[in-house]
Amino acid sequence: MKTVALSILAVGIFGAGRIVFAADIIGVITLKGTPPAEVDIGPKMTEASPDCAAMYPAGKLPTTHFYVVGPKGEFADVVVSLKGVTGKSTGASAPPAVLDQKGCLYSPQILAIQTGQKLIVRNSDSCIHNVHCTPTVPGNEEHNDVQMPGAADLTYTFPQPEMFLRFKCDVHPWMFAWVSVFDSPYFSVSDKDGKFVIKNVPPGKYTVEANHRKLGAQTQDVEVADKDVTVNFTFEVK
Amino acid sequence: MNARVQNKNDPWLHRFAVLTAIITFFLLGLGGLVTSHEAGMSVPDWPTSYGYNMFALPIKFWKGGAFFEHTHRLLASGAGFLTTILAVWLWLKDPRKWMRWLGVTAFLLVVAQGVLGGLRVTLKMNDLGVIHGVVAQSFFILMCAIALFTSRFWVNWSAGEKVFCVTRGLWTLVLAVTVLIFCQLMLGATMRGQHAGLAIPDFPAAYGKIWPATSPDAIAHYNAQRMDVNGENPITAFQIVLQMAHRIVALTIFILVAAGAGLSWRQLGGKNPLARLAVFWLVLIVCQIALGAWTIWSNKAADVATLHVMVGALSLVTGALWCIIAFGRQAGEATIAPAGRISGAFSVSPSVAANK
Repeated sequence: MKTVALSILAVGIFGAGRIVFAADIIGVITLKGTPPAEVDIGPKMTEASPDCAAMYPAGKLPTTHFYVVGPKGEFADVVVSLKGVTGKSTGASAPPAVLDQKGCLYSPQILAIQTGQKLIVRNSDSCIHNVHCTPTVPGNEEHNDVQMPGAADLTYTFPQPEMFLRFKCDVHPWMFAWVSVFDSPYFSVSDKDGKFVIKNVPPGKYTVEANHRKLGAQTQDVEVADKDVTVNFTFEVK
Repeated sequence: MNARVQNKNDPWLHRFAVLTAIITFFLLGLGGLVTSHEAGMSVPDWPTSYGYNMFALPIKFWKGGAFFEHTHRLLASGAGFLTTILAVWLWLKDPRKWMRWLGVTAFLLVVAQGVLGGLRVTLKMNDLGVIHGVVAQSFFILMCAIALFTSRFWVNWSAGEKVFCVTRGLWTLVLAVTVLIFCQLMLGATMRGQHAGLAIPDFPAAYGKIWPATSPDAIAHYNAQRMDVNGENPITAFQIVLQMAHRIVALTIFILVAAGAGLSWRQLGGKNPLARLAVFWLVLIVCQIALGAWTIWSNKAADVATLHVMVGALSLVTGALWCIIAFGRQAGEATIAPAGRISGAFSVSPSVAANK
């Protein structure tokens, strides 16, 4: 009984220590310069698949979303992670991530998950899609599955880390998503305000990497102690 | 029994062979559309389509990329069926042993090509797609050759009614250019198989230069500026070099075909079918270069890129047929005077001699 009580106490102290000494890495991603104009998907959508075009109000057909930038340069869809941190995945117990097919587009277009974490691919459309992931890292398996309207969700997991693993629909060749897979829970994707948060990072020295699919990667070194650390990145379109 | 007698009685066999070759040509074009629309994997199963019998797929699924992939499968089945009939027909009716085996070869090749296409989908092997494209070109040559061998033209030609000789140099030149065109088509198929869109978006310059920069910084800059609806893979330095090689080979082919056409005209005279075929070949190459440029200027519009593939196939077949027709009629340079006037020793091909 005494041993059990001591064990519980030890776990409690250890756990409390972890909470106290873990901190968040936060920051804002900004884009400088004018990105190339996004391309109108409408003509291709209308020509190839009118049923997709019919899902949008007249004159509101979608464009590409390569550069998602706010009025003050807030830069979304940048994947931020701790470079070189591996073997820390909690993917097996993490809640599944969801990739939806809606309006003949993938949503979100940029997503990050852990190795071993379930990725659920859903078809919310009234048309057929094929879910075709094309990993390039050995160990991650390529899949190509048809998903009828109203069909059950498809579930995938990837055992190896990989940046921007591509998902595509070959029926609707403008449909793409890029899923980054990390071997740790320490990553984030910047939101529409350009903000990101990597939560509960243990104390230590790290290299933070911000990666945009079009503009490549930037890194900064940080030291995490018991307080949140701010790291901002600025990308530039030349 | 000579060649004339052998084929004289079966014009329908020739017509059927021509029909099969035409269907093959359209099949090749449809395959080009599949790749141009990035639709090769839109129907993930094979030989079924979305779990249905291929021939019973409900029309509601014939949409988007699946329309091109599925119609390609149906037309391929049709071409396979026609080729099978042709092979059986040749086996039963054509007295030339080598023609019978040519029919068998066509049958085996069309089966192999169908399986290759299916495995490309089910095994998800992109490289098989490139091989599938190259085999398609070879099969098209074979079908056109069978159409030629069953024609009245070939019978007359074999019988030597239009006696003349082609210099060995000219024949070798045309053969070499035909092989070069085949290599060029393989290069093109490899480029298309990269699924990276246009590695170089301008023409005749390349990123505004004669030879584009391929440093990592330059590649990063190109990728940052590329905005394509199809959102392909990022381009690499290798893909840029590949397209530059395609351009250089195209220019080389143009020069060599122009030389071949000029020599044919001079040696054989303007009324000779081979000289006319060579000029037609040159016209095709000019069209092909224009289509290549248009492919780039249109940002690889699917229909233009597909036309480029089809005219490329026609260029290859034209060179191949020229070589086949002229085969056995080569003579040394000294034996032939300009405009087909034969002087000195005359070299008669075995087929001509046999039919005399």
